[in-house]
Order: sequence, then structure tokens, then C-alpha cells
Amino acid sequence: MINIFLNGSELAVKEGSTVLEACKGAGVSIPTFCYDERLKAEGSCRICVVEVEGAPKLMPSCSTLVAPGMRVLTHSPKVVKLRKKLLELMLSNHEISCLQCEKAGNCLLQDYAYEYEVDTEKTKGRKKIAEYASSNKFFSLDQSKCILCGRCARTCSQLQANDVWAMAGRGFETEVSTPFGIDMEEAGCVHCGNCVSVCPVGALKPNTRHKFRAWETRKVRSTCAYCGVGCQIDLLVKDDKVVGVEPAGGKSNNGLLCVKGKFAFDFINHKDRLTEPLIRGEDGRLRPASWDEALGLVAGKTKEIRAEFGADAIMGLSSARVTNEENYLFMKYMRAAVGTNNVDHCARL
Amino acid sequence: MEHGCDRVYVCAGTGCTSGKSPEIIENFRQELNASGLSDVKVIMTGCFGLCSMGPIVITQPDDCFYSRVAPKDVAEIVREHIAGGKPVHRLLFKGSRGEAVSLFEADFYKKQERVVLARCGLINPEEIDDYIEHGGFAALEKALKAMSSEEVVSVIKDSGLRGRGGAGFPTGKKWEFTMNAPGSKKYVVCNADEGDPGAFMDRSVLEGDPLSVVEAMTIAGYAVGADEGYIYVRAEYPLAIHRLQVAMGQALERGFLGNNILNTGFDFNLSIRYGAGAFVCGEETALLNSIEGKKGTPRLRPPFPAVKGLFGCPTLINNVETYANICKIITSGADWFRSMGTPGSPGTKVFALGGNVNNIGLVEVPMGITLREIIYDIGGGIPDGRGFKAAQTGGPSGGCIPAEHINTPIDFESLKAIGSMMGSGGLIVMDDSKCMVGIAKFFMKFMVEESCGKCAPCRIGLVRMHEILERITGGEGEIGDLAELEELAEMVNELSFCALGQTAPNPVLTTFRYFKDEYLAHINDKKCPAGECSALLNYEVTDKCVGCTKCAKACPAAAISGKLKEKHSIDKGKCVKCGACMGACPVKSIVRR
Amino acid sequence: MTNPAADVKNADVVFITGSNTTEAHPVIGAYVKQAVNRGTKLIVADPIRIPLAEIADVYLQIKPGTSLALSNGMLNVIFAEGLEDKEYIGKNTAGAEALRELVAEYTPERTAEICGVKADDIARAARMYASAGAASILYCMGITQHVNGVNNVYGLSNLALSTGNLGKPGSGVNPLRGQNNVQGACDMGALPDVYTGYQQVGSPDAQKKFEDAWGAKLSGEKGMPSTVALPAVLEDKVKMLYVVGENPAVSDADNQHAIKAFKKAFLVVQDIFLTETAELADVVLPAACFAEKDGTFTNSERCVQRVRKAVPPKGMADWEIFVKLMNLMGFRCHYDEPEDIFNEMAALTPSYAGITYSRIEENNGLNWPCPANGHPGTPILHVGAPIKGKGEFKAVEWVPSQEAQMEGFPVLLTTSRLQHQYHTRTMTGKTRAIEEHCPGSFVQINPKDAESWSIEDGETVRVSSPRGSVEARAIVTDGLKEGTASMPFHWADSANVLTNAEDLDPVSKIPGLKLAGVKIEKL
Repeated sequence: MINIFLNGSELAVKEGSTVLEACKGAGVSIPTFCYDERLKAEGSCRICVVEVEGAPKLMPSCSTLVAPGMRVLTHSPKVVKLRKKLLELMLSNHEISCLQCEKAGNCLLQDYAYEYEVDTEKTKGRKKIAEYASSNKFFSLDQSKCILCGRCARTCSQLQANDVWAMAGRGFETEVSTPFGIDMEEAGCVHCGNCVSVCPVGALKPNTRHKFRAWETRKVRSTCAYCGVGCQIDLLVKDDKVVGVEPAGGKSNNGLLCVKGKFAFDFINHKDRLTEPLIRGEDGRLRPASWDEALGLVAGKTKEIRAEFGADAIMGLSSARVTNEENYLFMKYMRAAVGTNNVDHCARL
Repeated sequence: MEHGCDRVYVCAGTGCTSGKSPEIIENFRQELNASGLSDVKVIMTGCFGLCSMGPIVITQPDDCFYSRVAPKDVAEIVREHIAGGKPVHRLLFKGSRGEAVSLFEADFYKKQERVVLARCGLINPEEIDDYIEHGGFAALEKALKAMSSEEVVSVIKDSGLRGRGGAGFPTGKKWEFTMNAPGSKKYVVCNADEGDPGAFMDRSVLEGDPLSVVEAMTIAGYAVGADEGYIYVRAEYPLAIHRLQVAMGQALERGFLGNNILNTGFDFNLSIRYGAGAFVCGEETALLNSIEGKKGTPRLRPPFPAVKGLFGCPTLINNVETYANICKIITSGADWFRSMGTPGSPGTKVFALGGNVNNIGLVEVPMGITLREIIYDIGGGIPDGRGFKAAQTGGPSGGCIPAEHINTPIDFESLKAIGSMMGSGGLIVMDDSKCMVGIAKFFMKFMVEESCGKCAPCRIGLVRMHEILERITGGEGEIGDLAELEELAEMVNELSFCALGQTAPNPVLTTFRYFKDEYLAHINDKKCPAGECSALLNYEVTDKCVGCTKCAKACPAAAISGKLKEKHSIDKGKCVKCGACMGACPVKSIVRR
Repeated sequence: MTNPAADVKNADVVFITGSNTTEAHPVIGAYVKQAVNRGTKLIVADPIRIPLAEIADVYLQIKPGTSLALSNGMLNVIFAEGLEDKEYIGKNTAGAEALRELVAEYTPERTAEICGVKADDIARAARMYASAGAASILYCMGITQHVNGVNNVYGLSNLALSTGNLGKPGSGVNPLRGQNNVQGACDMGALPDVYTGYQQVGSPDAQKKFEDAWGAKLSGEKGMPSTVALPAVLEDKVKMLYVVGENPAVSDADNQHAIKAFKKAFLVVQDIFLTETAELADVVLPAACFAEKDGTFTNSERCVQRVRKAVPPKGMADWEIFVKLMNLMGFRCHYDEPEDIFNEMAALTPSYAGITYSRIEENNGLNWPCPANGHPGTPILHVGAPIKGKGEFKAVEWVPSQEAQMEGFPVLLTTSRLQHQYHTRTMTGKTRAIEEHCPGSFVQINPKDAESWSIEDGETVRVSSPRGSVEARAIVTDGLKEGTASMPFHWADSANVLTNAEDLDPVSKIPGLKLAGVKIEKL
């Protein structure tokens, strides 16, 4: 541990950590766009700059390591002024349509513009016209919103290890694109949506039919119900409906998801969901029934068969899809209430 | 024989090559053969420096200096001078009093001190024996056989040599860092991605004395513990690349490069990588990315290249001119080097002198010389009797130096103090016809095009600054634009990722500092004091008009009206300011104000 | 898995076999690619040239059903060249000599013949795996879904034991579990022969413990596995089937045969959609999906994580249905919420004893074994020494599959999975973009086979086995060897019409889903 002075207060921090990490640990909020703790520091968005005593220029906190006795000012007048100017600049090249933008309320650019009291009328000029305009069935890219933080490309390259996205072109004409501007699928996109999840603005967005504002939703942390990786997710819920899925930092997924976890949640509220029990009628067709009738029939039939053929004539197939609690209870039901060890599940499939 | 001549040197630098010097060389060979003088050697050389007088031909030992030679002149020179013993007077270079002078007697050379360029013009850059004859590889031999790595590094450190690429970082320290960096694999890289507009120092060294760089890099490899090197050179320098390839091939063949150099067991292999024309690739970390096959954008520092450079290994990277100083420091010692220049900036500096100056060309001067001496004593002053307005050093990253600072000594600190920088050595002289807002706009345009796009301040900020300059020079500037320009300049300077962006506002800041009245004239009075900004100019017909109607016929916008033999007038609303009328008027009655 | 998923990034060498990781476990696939980008060496053995084969240092395109021979062949090289970890073997294992003797017969040349790969590549793979500081094995259904699936697993654990690649970061034998809570279902004792935490049915102690806890008399007889129960229906031994949250009418081997059993028995199906299986039911109970209830899932790396109710259930939470049924059956019980059930279970299950909902929350998930409150969980198994004391080598011979030797069905068909689809599509099939992207089934065949059968890419062909026959679009690809074919199992009238449900692994009772003898014809 070494000591630094953060905004005048002495603070013990781990050697080798960055100024940004030290700030986070101390609860000092620093704006960032290109930073993601899982990615190699890029230091390109410049919004996280701080004043370090003795340094000739403001330093990017995401990539400046702490040093003993370092004196850091995170919100000096100079820092605040230049961050504000940078935000003005970024907004001058951004399609400001927050009224219609799905990302409103969950957009870092919007948040910082508010925090730093940016005047969007002050700096103006031409806007970038991007060449690449591809999308796929799962998500779309709106270049006019892109701030070129590069998180999408670096996530695709460093975490998904797929290199679909890159920062193409140079200078003002730099844009997010695939290699040589080919289709995303051709570039190897597997629609994992991890680029979408890391986009801090409204540039990469899911193609969703759900309309919702960020502040109308609540997040419920859960575990993905597809494969056995057990990715941690946040379900976005509006009006008792799941309208989106965000990755969370679980031990096994570290904030990554696949196409299923990210996009295949429409089944939850699907019109074909079963809502009432069905019983096969005299006519051989399934007909709606009450819970009492259906469960009564199941229990009655179980008792009847047990009486005539023994409990081992009944087989219970549990599910690798339901919870531990439910598996335990079903196993208990079969063993203790029905009286057989004929319980198994689809482990072999 | 009074004018005995057994060698003919013909400059084959890029400038003289454009002036058909290869044809001149060929003609000399043919004419000499035809005249039975085939024992007279024709030697192709690198740049002599006085490019505005090229193509240049020198004869030796009689030391005649022919300038602006054309291929058709060769027969005469051979007939009259080489065979006849009488120099062709009309082709000889004339000094300030009209007398024929030899090359080094010319004023252009008097205040120069040629260390880096010492062999340029003296040797055939494609002949390793010429190089050896002129002291080549003595330094390598000394370093490898008589010095330890540490000794080599300490001589460089003691010499006080500072990087000639622009920032002026002490070279010896870089070498020391790389030498001490842990790692079994290290690299030596030469930055030959000379990108400043108007700069051609490195190109001339590579064209005129390529082996001096090869030798120095090999010494550097020995000093820092590298066995592999790369020269990153602009693909737009085909002649330099060719000469380097020839030089490397010959050095390899003679055992000055490759494995077991000079039988010492030291291995050093060198390859060339071509830059594709991106200015930012002159930034050392972007250059490393480019060598690795990645997009040429700068990397975060630290780690510095000395610790983690090319392919993640410790890497020494210097530019061409820096390397070109090394061999002489090794052979002549640190004290000799320190005897030139100033205590803080020892040695010499090569400048590419251009713009509104009589002697356009390449000059090498001791540090500490004043701008005035370069422009007037070496450069021969401003053409057409015009006044000196400003000089730009450091290219687009530097700044404009106004007349009031013309006596500033040229060294790293002094230039920085007046808002400019040494840069790699571009020196552009501007006379009083130049609009300084226009100059700022020119450099800003360059930087907008060369921004790599990695960081927002440079990527967007420079575009916004350029847009404001466009507005101001277009007559649409508002007074608030100046504050916005300053705010943007400060932000781009403070927040940009690399030095390219950080220094990009310099031309604006310095012109703003020294020529604020010009900005104000553009904005408040909608006038361009230098008369350069076409949007702010108006064409008017004066009373000299004879009513010939030629101007009205020439006008593409039908903006001129008037009866035959009566004074015409220009409708400012229709005028597109093309200037066609001015050219058409036989009596110069149309003026631009 | 013995080691966590992300731990693969610590491996010097990763050996992946029988797992199309980037398709079936995409996030783990991404970890493997990250590792390779950082210099980890990769060995892939799979009949299908999976995407990871493209970045592998050694790729062994083995014939379906020859995994065990490959493991034995690699062990032959390891022992012959003295690459084994003698210290680890001496200290921590048993049965090395028998194995050494057995694998002596599996020279690279003979193994190459069996597997259809180059002897050199086998030797290279063996050396690469054995010489690594830490080497991890990842496998999946391509290993287990064979009639010798258990032996295939033994082959891989022999490799790990012989080189000491257990109990340390970057190593291990890591089966990638296919379904979100298949690990948990096993842990919870939803198996015919064990109670929770693998406590044996038939053990008097275990039986007494559960009888005391539950207040019920329990049967000491092991039950039937599902693969035995379905034929038993047709033999009139089983009269009633209660199927919860699965769709065996599509996913079971020889599913046409399974459907006969579902039609015959009194069938109760509890699910969230009217699946192909539910359509055959006598009673259908509408359940709640994962977003509609509280509980826990245990993932492939044994990490117990929370599931939380986000929206109200469309049907009824499965646990509530079970509680109601128990009471209707006269077995009185009551739980306020799933946490009560979890606590009851944990009290009966040593490996879960230290896990509670609040501890899961605090620790962002807990890996079992977690025997006591305060225990940090066990991300890596067998640290220091194998849990059972000695790791037992199993010397097992490779035998060719019957499916590979059937007259008239010369093509070896292996089943596959697609990244965008999941199992029988009950969930993924409801997302329009997924259905548009992956609209239907297909069969992949080698170009030479396609030529000799006069089949064009994209043409609909007939694929038949002794069990049945389906039509599918042909995709001609050099990703498969001559004489092999591959078909995804997600669709009803697809791969599982063809697979064999009769021949089972003697231990696990798993059918050989990954190998069916078929013929492919032009229509």
C-alpha cells in the first residue's frame, strides 16, 4: 500500500492500481467512456482526466498509476472546465435526439452532459457521416450516436475474441465498422450482443419490439436459464414484463452473454404460454380445467396405480431446467409421497 | 592545367533528380566517352543543400560549381571545360557580387557546420567504398572492438545529443533505458517517417549518406543489446528506400551488418518497413503499431518503448538525423560534439529552408544560431524585396515566429519559450504578403486530415477549430469565435492523447499571440490585411479603365457592365472573385482590395 | 467441472474433445479463444471441424465413437516417452500399472488407424498435453453420449491423473453441463440411485437419515433411469409417467419409440408451453418459468446462484405444484417460500451444508462442496490430493460401436447443437430473430460423399436408420470426413428419429446419441 493525496485527503491505495481505481475505492466519481475494468486501458476518450501535481498536462486517470505522495485533484476548476468543453465537443458530433432515443436515462453522454451543465448550442459544426450501416436481426448500429469510445470493438476483440468490430478510417471520418465493411455475419458475428451491452450511448441497440424508458424499468438479478455456464443477468422489468436482459458480473460470465441469454427472452411473455391446466377429455382432446380438478386427477390416478400395480409402476422425470428447490421437492414427492425411487431427469440429453 | 578536372559530381538528390540529373549523368558519361575522356569519373552524389540552384554539378579538383545545369548543357561543359580547360562561365554559380564562387565559398555555406550532412555531396551513396574512404565504419569498429556497451551509451550521454525528431529528449538516456530494460529480445528502430510539410532533412541524409544511419543503428544495437532493427521510412521516398536497400545490401556483403559483424560475434539484422503516408506514424508508438501491422495509432505511455516497444520488447527508437550524429560522436568524442551549439542543445541541426526565401534548400547550422542568420546570411533574404513577416518552425506542431523574435537563438528551449518548437527541422519563411490567419488555417487543415481519430479532442476539436478559421477567413467570423477558438485550443492541447494533437493548436495559438490584429481585422472589418483571403476581397475598376470591354467578356459571372469606351463597373453581388477580369485588363485598371 | 470456467484462461494447454464449445457454451468458448490469443496451446479432437479447430495447434478429426482409443493412444505416448508425472502418480493414484499395460497396445500407429487421424498428430497432442505446466480438459456430450460414454470419461481422467493435471489452476477434467441446472438436478437427487449430494439409495444410513427427516418410510430399492422406464411402459411395467420441464418426445433417442410409451402411459406433463410431449399428455400442468419464481440453479462449475422472481407466474411455480400434490397424496407439508426448501435440503446435504441464500448473495455465488457456514466454497476440486484419497486409473479397452458396423447403414451420423437454438426450441423458438436466423434442420455431409450420392448443396435428402427416416436439407462441407454426417437435434422430425435408444451405457444408461449408423439418399 502507498499513500496518495486525493483532493487533499490522504488515502492508502494498493500499489500498481490506477488513479481511477483509487478514486473508485474512495467513492470519488470520475466520468469514463472508453474504460471497462475487463479491458486493457485505452485512454482514448480523455474524459477521465485529472490534475496530477507536477505533471505537465492533465492525466487520464484510467491509465495513470498511483505513485507515493502523488497529489491528485479530480474536480479542480481546470479539470471541470476541460471535461465540460470535451463534452460540448462530443455532443457537437452526436445526433442529439434524447427525446426519441431508447437509451435516454441510461446514457453516459446524457448523464455527464447533465452533470457538467453542458451547453449544446455552444460548440457546433458538421457531423460525421459514416459509411458503414449494417445491422442484423438482433441489434442495430446507429453511427450518428456513436462517440467512438471503442468499447464495442475492444469487447469483441479482447473478451469475445471475435474481432468483428474495429475502428475504421481515420480522423474525423473514423467510424465503427467490420473489416473492409463486410456484413457482420460474414465478419464472424455470433450475435452475442456483448458489444451492445457495453455501448455507453445509443449507438448499438437491441432490435426490440418493447418500448420502455430506462426509468420505467427495474432490474432483477438472476441466472440465465439456458446452458450450464450459469451467466448472471439482470432482467429489465417494466409493468410485470421482461423487456430486456443485461449481463451482470457473475463468477462464470464476467459480464458476458451469448445470443440466447441476451436476446432470446421473448418466451417469458409469449402468447403461447400455458396459463391453465389441461385435461384430456372423453373426445381425446385436451380441455382447460381448474387446478383442483387437474391436481385431483393426478393425485387420484397416482393413488389408483400405486394401489393396483405398486409405487414402482410410477415414474417421475424431473427437470434440469427447474430450480434446485423444485428438484429436491419433486424427488421428495416421488420418494416420500409416492413411495418409489423411480425418479430421474434429462441429465443425459 | 589551371582548370584540371578528373571527377564530376552530380547531385542526385530528389530535387536535382526532378531537374533531370540522371539524364545529366548519362550525358556526361556519353560525352566523356565520345571525347576520349573516359578516365574522368562521373560521381552521383546526395544533396548538396542548395536545392533552389539545382541541378548542381561540381568538378574536382578544380572546384568549379555549376548551378541550374540542364542536360543539354553537358556537351558544352565537357567540350569547353573538361577537354578545353575553360569553365563555362555562364553556368557557374555566382556569389553576391556576381563573381563565380566555389560551392563552399558561397554565402549559403559560410555559416553552416556540416556534421550530419558531411558526406552528402562528397560520396556516391551507392558505393560503400566511398563511404569507407570517408571515414565510414571507423565508429563501428571502435565501438565493437574497443568499447563496452556501457561505454558507448555513456559517450552518447556525455555528448548531450538530444533527439532530432522534435521533442529533443536526451538520446543517451533513451539508450540507457533500453540497455537496462530487462529482456532477451530487443529492437532498434529508425524513424524515417518524415512528415512535416516542406521538411526533407531525413530524406536527404538517407539519399546522400545512407550508410551513416545503418552504421549508427548497428552501434545502437550493440549498445542496447538488440540484434534486430527496423527502418520505418515513408513509401513516398522511393529514392531513399532504394539507396538504403543498396547500402544495406553492401554492408551485409562486407560484414558490417548481419551475423558476426566484423568477426566480433555480434549479430544485427536490419529490415525496412514502409509508411503509408500517415503523419501520425511519425509518433513513435504509432510507428511501432504500424511496423507490427496494426493501425497506426499511438499507444498509451507508459510503458515507454524502451521498456515495452516493438512486439512487446524493449525498443530504442530514434530518428534519422539523430542516428546520423552517432558515428562522429563515437569517433571524435563527446567533447568535440559539445564544442558545437549551446550547452543545453549541443551539436548542429539540419533545417529544410523553404517558403519566401531566396536560397531554398537544406542547411545544417550549429545550435544557437539566430533565425536572422539563417534567413538572411544563409538563406539570402526574402525575394522580391519584400519584408519578413514570420517563420514557422516545427511544422504543423510548431508555431509562427514573428519579426520581433528574429534574433531568437535556435535551440530547444528558446523556441519553446516563444511558443514554437524545434520540431524535426522544417523552416518555412513567410513574407509580408502572407495572411497569418490563412497560415493557421493551412496547418489546421493539415492536422484535421492527419488526425488518426483515436481521441475525441483531436478528432473533433481540430475540425471545429478549422471550421472557425474557415468562417473567419470567409468573412463570417464573429467576435465570439476567438474565445471559442481559444477554449478549443486549450482543451485539445491539454486533453489530446498524443503529441500530434497536443501540439496541433500551436500554429493557431502563436498566430493569435503575435498577429491578433489580423484576426480582428478579418472579423470586425471583414478585411484581410495581407490581401490573401479571397472571400474578403473586392475587385474594383479604377479610373484607368479605357472601356475596352475585355473584362466584361472575360467575366464568367456576367458581373461586369459598362459601355464601350466608358468606365466599367463590377457588381459585387454577382462577382465570384475569380480574378479573370484582372488578367484580361490590358491597362491594369482593375484592383483587388 | 473440477475447475471454474474462467480458469481455462490459466491453462498452458487446453484439450477440448466432444464439445463444440463456442456453439454450445459460447461464453466458455470465448474464454478459450481469449486464452489462445494470449498464447495458450489448443488441442481439439472432434469428428466435426468445429470453429475452435480452426485455431487449434493440433486438430484431430477422429471418427465418431473413437474417443477412448485416442485417450489410450495419447497415454501410450505419455508412458512410452516418460512424460507422466511420476510423483503425482505415486502419491495420489492407484492402478497405474494395469493402465500402462493396457495402453501399451495403443501405439500411435494403431490408434491412428482406429481414429482415422495421423499417428504424428496423436503423439504431438500427447506431448503437448503432458508437457504443459497446467493443462485443462474440456469435454461435453461428444464424450458422454455414447454406449461407452463412461469409459470415454475414464480415458480422459486417466490422462489428467497420469500428468497430475488435477487440483490446480488451469487444469482439471471439466465436463461442460448442457442445461442450466442439470448439475443441480443431479445434486438434488433427481436420480434413481441417489438422494441429495449423491448419498446412495440402498445405504441404510442414508435411508434412515431421510426417513427421519421426512417422517416417511422410503424404498431401499434403486429406481429406474428414464431410458429404462420408457421401454418398461411398453412392457406394462410402468403405468404412469410424470414429466416435468422436458420434452423427451423430441430429445429422446429414437423419439418415435419414446412417443409410443408416452401415448400408452398415463402421462402428466408440467411445462410452460404445450410441447410435443405435452400434446400427448393426459394432464398438462402450466408451470412458471425461471423469471417467475425464486430459487437457485447450480451451474456447470458447481456454483450455486440465485434465481429471482421478476414477474408474476403465468402458470404456477413448480414447487407450489409439488407441495399441493404432496398434500393431496396425504403427505402433509408446507413451505412459505423456496428458501425454506433450500434450507431443509442443505441440512440434509453435506456438500451444500454451508450454503444459504444470504451467503450466495454475499459471495456472488458459492461453489460446492461448501460443508459449513463460513466455508468459502470450493472452486477447484481435488486440491492437494484427490477427494477420495487416491485417483483411480481405469484401464478400459476401446470397442467399436455396433452402430458403426451395420449392414446398409454405412454413414456415421453424429448429432450437433447450434449456438442460436437451445434443446428442443421450446424457449428459443419463441424469439423471432432466432427462428429467422436458424429456420430449420439440416444434415451436413462431406463433398466427396455428396458427389458419390449425387447430392447438391441445399438439396433435400432422405436420412434413414433402422429406427426411422427423415428428410433434411443437405449442407455439403469439408468440415466433416467422408463417411460421417452431422445433424442438429433441436427439431422434432430430425436427428432423434434416427438414434438408437436400445443400446445403453451399462453404467450411466445413456444412449449413444452421438453415433448412429445411417444411410443418406437422394430423394
